[in-house]
Amino acid sequence: MSGIALALLVGAGGSAAMAFVPARLAAWLGAGLAASLCAFYAAHLGAVSTGAVPAAAFWGVPALDIAGGLRLDGLALLFALLITGIGALVFLYAGSYMAGDARLRRLLVMLGLFMTAMLGAVTADDAILLFIFWELTSLASFFLVGTNHQSPAARKAALQALLVTGGGGLALLAGLVLVAIAAGTTSISGMIAAAPAVLAHPAAEPAMLLVIAGAFAKSAQVPFHFWLPNAMAAPTPVSAYLHSATMVKLGVYLLARFNPLYQGVALWHELLMWAGLATAATGALLALRETDLKRVLAHTTVTGLGTLVMLIGIAPELSATAAVTFLLVHAFYKAALFLVVGIVDHETGSRDGAALGGLGRAMPLTAVAAGLAAFSMAGLPPFVGFVAKELLYEAKLGAGPASDVLIVLGFLINASMVAVAGVLSLRLFLGASRPTPETPHDPHWAMIAGPVLLALLGLAAGSMPALVADLVVEPAVRAILGRPVAVTLKLWHGFNLVLALSAATVLLGVVLFLAWERIVPGLRRAEAIDRFGPARFYERLLAGTISLAERCTGLVQHGHLHGYIATLFAATAIALLGTLAVRGGFDAPAFAFGALDPRALALVAIVVGVLATVLARSVLVAVMAMGLVGFAVSLLFLLFGAPDVAFTQFAVETLLVVILAAALVILPIATRDDRAPRRKLADAAVAILAGAAVTAVLLAVLATPFDPRLGAWFGANSYPAAHGRNVVNVILVDFRALDTLGEIMVLAIAAFAVVALLRRARTGDAR
Amino acid sequence: MRPSLILRTSAPMLLWLSLLASLYVLVRGHNEPGGGFLGGLVAASGLLFHAIARGPEGVRTLLVLHPVQLSALGVLLAATSGLPAFLGPDGAYLTHLWWFAELGVTLPLGTALLFDLGVYLAVVGMAVAIFIGLLEWKAARAAATEGGE
Amino acid sequence: MELPFALAIGVLVAGAVYMLLARDLPRMLVGFVLLGTAANLLILLAGRVGGMTPPLVAAGMAAPGADAANPLPQALILTAIVIGFGLAAFALMLIVKARAVLGTVRPDEMAAAEPRAGAVSSPPTPPRALPPPRREAA
Repeated sequence: MSGIALALLVGAGGSAAMAFVPARLAAWLGAGLAASLCAFYAAHLGAVSTGAVPAAAFWGVPALDIAGGLRLDGLALLFALLITGIGALVFLYAGSYMAGDARLRRLLVMLGLFMTAMLGAVTADDAILLFIFWELTSLASFFLVGTNHQSPAARKAALQALLVTGGGGLALLAGLVLVAIAAGTTSISGMIAAAPAVLAHPAAEPAMLLVIAGAFAKSAQVPFHFWLPNAMAAPTPVSAYLHSATMVKLGVYLLARFNPLYQGVALWHELLMWAGLATAATGALLALRETDLKRVLAHTTVTGLGTLVMLIGIAPELSATAAVTFLLVHAFYKAALFLVVGIVDHETGSRDGAALGGLGRAMPLTAVAAGLAAFSMAGLPPFVGFVAKELLYEAKLGAGPASDVLIVLGFLINASMVAVAGVLSLRLFLGASRPTPETPHDPHWAMIAGPVLLALLGLAAGSMPALVADLVVEPAVRAILGRPVAVTLKLWHGFNLVLALSAATVLLGVVLFLAWERIVPGLRRAEAIDRFGPARFYERLLAGTISLAERCTGLVQHGHLHGYIATLFAATAIALLGTLAVRGGFDAPAFAFGALDPRALALVAIVVGVLATVLARSVLVAVMAMGLVGFAVSLLFLLFGAPDVAFTQFAVETLLVVILAAALVILPIATRDDRAPRRKLADAAVAILAGAAVTAVLLAVLATPFDPRLGAWFGANSYPAAHGRNVVNVILVDFRALDTLGEIMVLAIAAFAVVALLRRARTGDAR
Repeated sequence: MRPSLILRTSAPMLLWLSLLASLYVLVRGHNEPGGGFLGGLVAASGLLFHAIARGPEGVRTLLVLHPVQLSALGVLLAATSGLPAFLGPDGAYLTHLWWFAELGVTLPLGTALLFDLGVYLAVVGMAVAIFIGLLEWKAARAAATEGGE
Repeated sequence: MELPFALAIGVLVAGAVYMLLARDLPRMLVGFVLLGTAANLLILLAGRVGGMTPPLVAAGMAAPGADAANPLPQALILTAIVIGFGLAAFALMLIVKARAVLGTVRPDEMAAAEPRAGAVSSPPTPPRALPPPRREAA
C-alpha cells in the first residue's frame, strides 16, 4: 500500500486510539500524530516540486493514464501540510485550553477524525471519494461546533453549519455525478483530461453551477456566508482549525482543483470573480460592525475566502500565484490570531474588543505573537503578507476590463483589514490597561507555542520568498492551471503603482483604526444589513421546512386506520390500472352466454354471499354470509378439479364459523355499521376501484400465453419419482416439502401466540 | 348454558368417528384427495365438537399433551422426516425414502407419510389450542366478573 | 368461463375492501377473510381453469390425464387456506383481547397507542403521558 493511503489509515487509527487514553495524553498523542503526518508529507516536498505526483491508485485505466484513488500533487501537498502542521499546534493548544474539561477527549478524537477526513478530501483523486471525505468533514464540524452541546446557541450553530455545508455537499455530489457521466470516469484527473467532452455535454453548465454551489456553501461565500460567524460558538481551537485554516478552505480547494477543467469557460471566471469580491466586501463591512473579537475574525475570514475565490476567478498565472500565496499567508496569520484571541478570552474572561486594552504588559509573549501575525495581515513588509498583497494588486490590475472595480473595492477591503489588524494588536495590547474579569498573564507554553510559531513562519516566509516559491507555491499553481509555470516571489518590486497602492492602503487603514470606536456603533445602527441578510432566509426556510414536514406528517400519519387502508387500496388500484392503461390495455376474452356451464351458478352464489356480507346489519349476519361465500368457493374448487382444496376450504370455513361464533359472545355482535351514508359511498368507491383493478389485471394476465411446464413436470414426476398419485399432496409433502415445513411452523407459532395472548386473563390481569 | 343430554351423549361417538375419518383421509392422501392438512382439520372439528360438549378439560385429558406441544411435535416430526434422506442416493433434505413391504399385499411405506403426519398434528394442535384457549379464557372471565360483583 | 370468474373475483375483492374499511374490527376481520379467499381464487384462475378432472394419476398411468387441472395452484392455495385460517383465528383473539383491555372494538377509539391523532410535532417537545386505557365501567 502506498504511503499516502497509509497516512489516512494512520490518521483514523490514531484518532481512535485517542479515545482510549487520558485526555491529557490524548492531546499529546494527537499533536504527535499530526506532526509525524506533517513530516511525512513534508518529505514529499522535494519530489513534488520537481513535478512528481505520488499516487495510490485503487483503480485505473493505465492505457489512458488515469488512476482513481489518491493523488498528491502540489495543491494537495500544500493543503496537507497546512492541515497537519496547524493541526499539530491546535492539538497542543486544545489540550491546554480545555484542560480539565470533561469534553476534551471527545473533542480531540473528533479533531483527529476531522483532520483525517480533510487529508482524504485533499488527496482524493476520485470524485466519489472526495465527496465522502467532504461530507465527513461536515459531520465532524457538526460535532465540533456543537461541543458545548448544553447551549442552545451552540446546537443551533452546529445544525446550521451542518445544513448549509451538508446541503452544499449534496449539490456538489449532483454536480460531480453529472461531470463523471460526461467524462466517463470518476477520476478527477481523468475528468480534467476529458475536459472537451465534459464541456460539450448538454448538462455541462448545470454541473458546473452545482459544483460551484457546493464550494460556495463550504467556503462561506455570499449568500452562504452567514453560517461561519455563527459557528464561532465552537471552542476557539476548533474555530482556529476548522473555520480559518482548513475546512472552510476546502471549497477554495475544490474550485482550484476544478479550475483546469473549467478555465476556458467565461461564466466560471465571471461568477467566481464577482461572488468572491462580493463576499470579501461583505466580510469587511461586517467585520467593522463587531466588537466580539472572535466574530471579527470570522468576518475577516469570510473576506479572506472571498479574496481567494475571486483570485481563482481571475485565474491567469499571476492571479493563481497570488491565490496560493495568499492562502498560505492567510492560514498562518488567521490561525495565529484566532489562537491569540482564544488565549485572551481564556486568560481575561472576555473577548470584547471594545472593553479590552493594554494587555501587553501582562502577557508580553502573546502580544508579540499577535503583533507579528497582525502585521502580516495588514500586509506590511517584510512579512509574507506584504508579498501576498503586492501580488493581489498586481493580479487585479491584470484582470482586464473589470480591474477598476476590483482595485477600488479591493483597496477599501484591504484598508479595513489593516484597521482590524490594528485593533487586534495595537489596541488590544498597547495603551492603558483596562480592568478585566480575570487577571491576565501569559498562558501555558503549549498554548502560546502555536501563535508564536505561526507568526514566525509568516515572518520567515516573507524573508525567503524564493524558497517558498519553489517548494510550495509553484507546484500548487501548476495544479491550479494544469500546466507548467514559473513562479518567482519577491519582497521588493521597486517603486511602482502597486507599491503606491499598498502605501495608500496602510494609510487609510490607520485612519479607519483610529476611528474604530466611532465606526462600529455607526455601522451597528444600520439595521437594514440584518434585515436583508440571507440568515433570515435560512431561518424562514428551516422553519418552513419543519412546519411543512409537520403538516405532511399530520396529513399522512393521521392515526385513522380506515384512512390508511383506503389509501393503500386506492393507491394500489390506481397503480395497477395506470400501468395497464400505459401499456395499452389488454385483450378482453371473448364471451358468449352459450359457453357458460352450470358451474357459473357457484360464481353467482359467491356474488350473492358477498352482497349479503356487505349489506348485513349485524356482525353475526355478516359472519354467516361470509360462511356462505366460503362454502360457495369450496364448491367452486370442487367443480374445477380441486377436491383437496375444496375439502380443505370446507373444513376451514366450518371451523372458522364455529370459533367466530364462540368469540362473538364476548364481542358486541349487534354493532351496526354506523358509517355515515356519505362515507359508505366513498368506501364503496374505493372498494369498487380495487375490485375493478384486480379483475382488469387478472384478465390481462389471462390474455398472456400460459406456460404449463411447471404443472406438467409435477404431474409427470409425481408417480414415477415420489410414488404418489395425488399430485397436489405430493407437491406439498415431497417436491415442496420445505415450504410446507415453514408453513406448519407458522401454524405452531400462531397457536403459541394465541395461548400467550390469552394467558394473562387467567391470572386476573385484565377484566 | 349446559350442553344438552343428546349432545353430551353423542359427542364421544362423533369424536371417534371423526378421528377415524381424519386418519383415513391422512393415510389415503398420497394417492387420493386428502392429506395432512385436510385430515388435521377433520380431526380438529371433531375435537372442537367435543370441547363444546364436554368442556375444554375433556379435550385436554384426551390429548394428554398441551395442544401447543402437539403442534410443536408435528413440526418436529415433519422436520425429522427429512433427515433419512441423507442416507439416500441424492441426499437432499426432505427427499422422501420409500420401502415397499411385501406382506401378501404390497404396503408402500415412506417418510412422506411421517411428514404428512407432522402436518396433521401441527394443524390439529393449532386449531385446538386456539379454540380451547378461547373457551377457557371466557370461563375465567366469567368467573372473575361473578367474583367481582 | 374466465370472464365471469374474473368478475366474481373482482366483486369478492370489492366486498372485502368495503368490509376492511368499516370502523369496527369484527367487520374488518370478515373483510380480511374474504380478501384471503379472493386471493386464493385469483391464484386458481391465474393458473388457468378448465375441466373438472382433478390432478390424480390413474392406476396404471404414469401421469394425470391431459385434461386434468393444474396441480401447482392447488398446492399453493391449500396451504394458503390453512395459514389464512390460523391468521384469522389469531386476529380474532387479538380483537377479543383488545375488547377486554380497551373496552372497544373500534380502532378510532383505541387511543392508547397514538394519543393525539394527526399531530406529530418537532422533536424537542416532551413526551406526553399516555391517557389510561379506556375501560368499561365495572
